Amino acid sequence: MSETRLATATANGATPDDAQTPNAAAPQALDELTIAGRTFRSRLLLGTGGFPSLAVLAEAIAASGAELVTVALRRVDPQSRGSLIDVLADAGVQLLPNTAGCHTARDAVLTAQLAREAFQTDWVKLEVIGDEDTLLPDAPELLRAAEQLVDEGFVVLPYTTDDPVLAKRLVDVGCAAVMPLGSPIGSGMGIRNPYNIALIREAVDVPLVLDAGIGTASDAALAMELGCDAVLAASAISRAQDPARMASAMRAGVLAGRLARGAGRIPRRLYATASTPDAGLPDFGAP
Amino acid sequence: MIRLNGEDSDVRAGETVAAVLARLDFALDARGVAVAVDGEVVPRAQWQSFALAEHARVEVLTAMQGG
Repeated sequence: MSETRLATATANGATPDDAQTPNAAAPQALDELTIAGRTFRSRLLLGTGGFPSLAVLAEAIAASGAELVTVALRRVDPQSRGSLIDVLADAGVQLLPNTAGCHTARDAVLTAQLAREAFQTDWVKLEVIGDEDTLLPDAPELLRAAEQLVDEGFVVLPYTTDDPVLAKRLVDVGCAAVMPLGSPIGSGMGIRNPYNIALIREAVDVPLVLDAGIGTASDAALAMELGCDAVLAASAISRAQDPARMASAMRAGVLAGRLARGAGRIPRRLYATASTPDAGLPDFGAP
Repeated sequence: MIRLNGEDSDVRAGETVAAVLARLDFALDARGVAVAVDGEVVPRAQWQSFALAEHARVEVLTAMQGG
């Protein structure tokens, strides 16, 4: 079967320069990602948590190519007046404030409102945590917060479980994207239920961003192969031994996965399918 | 007594949010700062006029590294 397809393609004169395969000529270029009307060339979002220093963070942002970068909101520490905002401004990235640490819809909504004041952005990565050990989202509170924030004009990107039904509910209340986890935050366990991610891809039309659980570049590639539009990585980069190098790896993984998704992988089979045709096989006679 | 970021402070009732920010070395046009009093956002435009009541709980927040 595969030989037949190859023969057909050759007969049609398909070449790498063919207009139908624009990326073949420029494999470093990704098609643009659009979230809430804003376009991005990068499909890798970067979380800023866990970097050993602002200098390393700056290097990683540059290496990742990320254009959308998360920040948290915490009490001012008079002892350490950091310049995180300056680093992010210098990098020219768009801030994506999160509601990390919030356990109720009320706290998450208030945190989003404060972030809008602090950073002059309506965008929010909505997190409402339901359990301290797993940091899994609290679904009812998440949905409630999402609905209220959408009503208040926010562009809501909710961190959610890999539940296709909940993802659909979040889209129904007006979320601009959905960000299911691959596995618990910071666990590096990758995508534990790829079938659910594939189901979510079928269930929603908004951008799908894999958030949490990514451990290494192959996890990012798998997310994209499953149909995600982007990947958000934080700990996998910030806590790697060489964060900037891992940021490059993630960027390449996202690119590879996106290209592979578009290329259309071969189906999995239990038995071998010969890649070399039997026709023309010589007969050497009996030994 | 006014609570500032979870601790008792020497901020007095009647002081404005702007005065509290000045104590923390924040200008009125400081980037990346937000204030909540008693669980409600105080918009930047009200920082100079918003006077704190006795026992107010003030939260002054800013950008921190996070996922």
